[in-house]
Amino acid sequence: MKKFVFTMVIGATALTVGPAMSADQADQIMRGQYQAVLGDCAGCHNQPGGKPLAGGLPLETPFGTLVAPNITPDRTTGIGNWTETDFHNAMKTGIGHNGVRLYPAMPYPAYTRMNDRDISDLWAYLTTVEPVSNKVEANRLPFPLNIRLAMLGWNALNFTEEAFKPDPAKSAEWNRGAYIVQGPGHCGTCHTPKSFLGADKDSGFLQGASLQGWFAPDITGNAQSGLGKWSEGDLVRYLKTGVNAHSIASGPMAEAVENSTSKMTDPDLKAVAVYLKSLSPDPGNTQPAKPDEARMATGEAIYRDNCSACHGGDGDGAGELFPALAGNSIVAQGNTETLARVVLAGSQAVHTTHAPTTPAMPSLAWRLKDQEIADVLTYVRGSWGNNAPAVSSGDVAAVRKQLLP
Amino acid sequence: MTTILPRKDVVIVGLGWTGAILAHELTDQGLDVLAIERGPWRDTATDFNIGYVQDELRYAVRRDLFLQPAVETMTVRNNPSQTALPMRDFGSFLPGNGVGGAGVHWNGHTWRFWDSDFQIRTNLTKKYGASRIADLQVQDWGVTGAEMEPYYDQYEYLAGISGKAGNIKGQLQEGGNPFEDPRSRDYPNPPMQMTYAPTLFAEAGRSIGLHPFPTPSANMSRNYVNPLGIAMGQCTYCGFCERFGCANYSKSSAQTTILPVLMKKANFEVRTDSEVLHVDLAPGGKSARGVTYVDTSGEEYFQPADLVLLCAYGLHNARLMMLSGIGKIYDPVTGKGTVGRNYCYQTNAGVQVFFDDKNFNPFIAAGALGQTIDDYNGDAFDHGALDFVGGSGINCIPTNGRPIGTRPTLPGTPKWGSAWKKATVEGYKSTLGFSSQGSSYATRTNYLDLDPTYKDRFGRPLMRMTFDFPDNDIRMSNYLCDRMEEIAKALGGKQYNVSRRKKGWDSVPYQSTHNTGGAIMGTDPGKSAVNTFLQSWDVPNVFVIGASAFPQNAGKNPTGTVGALAFRAADAIRNQYLRNPGAPLVQA
Repeated sequence: MKKFVFTMVIGATALTVGPAMSADQADQIMRGQYQAVLGDCAGCHNQPGGKPLAGGLPLETPFGTLVAPNITPDRTTGIGNWTETDFHNAMKTGIGHNGVRLYPAMPYPAYTRMNDRDISDLWAYLTTVEPVSNKVEANRLPFPLNIRLAMLGWNALNFTEEAFKPDPAKSAEWNRGAYIVQGPGHCGTCHTPKSFLGADKDSGFLQGASLQGWFAPDITGNAQSGLGKWSEGDLVRYLKTGVNAHSIASGPMAEAVENSTSKMTDPDLKAVAVYLKSLSPDPGNTQPAKPDEARMATGEAIYRDNCSACHGGDGDGAGELFPALAGNSIVAQGNTETLARVVLAGSQAVHTTHAPTTPAMPSLAWRLKDQEIADVLTYVRGSWGNNAPAVSSGDVAAVRKQLLP
Repeated sequence: MTTILPRKDVVIVGLGWTGAILAHELTDQGLDVLAIERGPWRDTATDFNIGYVQDELRYAVRRDLFLQPAVETMTVRNNPSQTALPMRDFGSFLPGNGVGGAGVHWNGHTWRFWDSDFQIRTNLTKKYGASRIADLQVQDWGVTGAEMEPYYDQYEYLAGISGKAGNIKGQLQEGGNPFEDPRSRDYPNPPMQMTYAPTLFAEAGRSIGLHPFPTPSANMSRNYVNPLGIAMGQCTYCGFCERFGCANYSKSSAQTTILPVLMKKANFEVRTDSEVLHVDLAPGGKSARGVTYVDTSGEEYFQPADLVLLCAYGLHNARLMMLSGIGKIYDPVTGKGTVGRNYCYQTNAGVQVFFDDKNFNPFIAAGALGQTIDDYNGDAFDHGALDFVGGSGINCIPTNGRPIGTRPTLPGTPKWGSAWKKATVEGYKSTLGFSSQGSSYATRTNYLDLDPTYKDRFGRPLMRMTFDFPDNDIRMSNYLCDRMEEIAKALGGKQYNVSRRKKGWDSVPYQSTHNTGGAIMGTDPGKSAVNTFLQSWDVPNVFVIGASAFPQNAGKNPTGTVGALAFRAADAIRNQYLRNPGAPLVQA
């Protein structure tokens, strides 16, 4: 059986391996392939239609453009010249082959928590993927940020190399979840707010952040803005399929589901759910928002005409086809970037084996003015138990400008 | 200059309901499948946008989703003594175009034909003697209702049909159709919520001893996930079904039930905006080598394939066979030839009942939301003392209250001006309509062949349609109109109006896109173009799938039977044909 599985792995990575490979080595490569799933390497290092791990699409950061490099074992354009030690250093400290400093768009501030065995496994796997000759100009940052040595200072200010520390007071499952979320899963890379230097603000761990024109929502157990109303089962289903009764993955999370979470094992997804649900930061101000009555009435009329056919008269959605807006965590975020973006640009669900439908919300940018979108979002955020502040037309205008510069 | 492409296991012509079903089944079998579709790619997210899909002018009046006559039309005449002329605009029927085909813009009435429909000649001869059907060319299908049942079931669960069983394994079910054949289980979804007009219609029917039941509907009565894992949403009763794509994932189509899974398969590919010119046969004409198609740039390609499936609209299947030399074209004088034989249609009539004191809110509607009475359909009633065979379902299905098209007025109302405007305001809310969906039985002189004069843009002869309503069917329809008058009287109202079907089929006003026959199935290669698995008798690696296979049409909408026949053909290919590819499944 093992041999059969191994053949499948090799088949999938299109590599010819000598017959001398031991069963132990085969196991290690398979474990490493799973580490690549947990770490969502493909999310950045694959280009749609391109060869696996041969380099990604340009990543727009607040500081400029970076491109995830070719990490296939090609000797000239990939990491074929790297040693395993180089790779460990890159993952744990952000310093790669020949001492080259990586930019923290490569989430080494999270990967630093990975244990050595997992990194060795990942390395073993990466050495088996098909070498692809593809030269990637990774660093497209403006001066002076394009000087990699600048990261010396950044690291000194923002980065601590540290292994994951299990909490002996918690269950093994909780610790597994914490390890995945903080380490290979690098959830905080999107979901934790950043300082002006682009470093995680630890005080806001997983409480939601803006990136690439989306707002990655609060994924703590916070009952108001986070996942407090989701059951562990809801969370597992969302990560496995991209959809549950509360939400449908969109934007960058849709890609994360497709490349990574939908391929995780059920016990790992459960562990992630247990851990995230346990995070309950202070909910802050829970005073009900008191939206302007006239705006609520206007918003309701717009909602009836434009939204209710799919999302329901009471914001209850339609099964896993159209998400409910009542209790929807995207709706409840303080930041309305994703909300405005979805109304303006539309959004399509991700295709997964268990949820293949890929329903879409159309763009309403041509149909609704900024003020109308602000009104309808104010209505949605203040109805059916939702309790989030009003939206201004300026909030919407900013997103529209970003989408249609 | 024709470019020769790498071969495929299977090439499918047309990616509508049948093409999608066959593609899904055969890719599951591991075959490498290519679909070639004449029209554009269409999906819900991009093409049936909720922001503009309810554009009556664009879709219903200007028919944005339909086949345009400049792409393909046909010539028509009522009988062989006339000279056929081209239809320069489609009217009486509206063939589909593009991915999803006519399954995109149907209403969603999803029927099963009965065993007595399939064994019609045997049955009628036994009951009434051969002389009763002497002027008709009705034929047995070569399958029984029991043989078809599992395939109907498969289609209904794929499409999430909303309805109420009338007969489960021989046990009659309260509230369902007491005349239907036994089914193995109930519909996957309960009936839709009934609106006022069908509710009144059903009450009136029951008051005179008839048996109304909810029309089986491909509009979802609730959220549904089909066996492929594809989710559909509860219908919003918006009343934009026929002629429109559904923006709410609520009406079954290839888009909403198959394509999300099919399109992700590595062994499936579709080439859109590509028109198949003909099937290429090997020397001797006993097997197909593939198809020749042309894309929008005019470039011509030869696509080799081991198996060719014609899954275009039924009329176009028949024409492709004629243009490719698959089988012999039917000759009404000698009765020889099978391709084009037994073209049939649908013999419809309608009643309007006008009220003063009712508000039916007709805009709350769905394509298949209504009630049906089958007491006078097919073999449900005794024809012993009557002068016809066949029958009709009687349907009260107010599909829409769209502002341009829905303008019922009392007879005698002017066609324009202030009097007309006033009458449409009065009539809009307070008019109840119902209609008979009548059987259409084959005759010797209703048929399809190639036109001797007119050609298409590629220089290929147009198809010629020779059709008029047979006398039998007119007598049937008149009988049904009399029965419908009884219902109209039971409904009350201030006035009613019956529109009877008359001889002299007119290709201009819209009647029905239920064109059947032309490549009919059967057990006799002298009288059918395909065997009971829809495999060509003449070229066994060609299957011809669609309503083209119906030997005649029953008093019901055809799509349910088209879907079931597609599943049956897929089953035969997977479990029989592939064991010995290229061989006939039935010895001639």
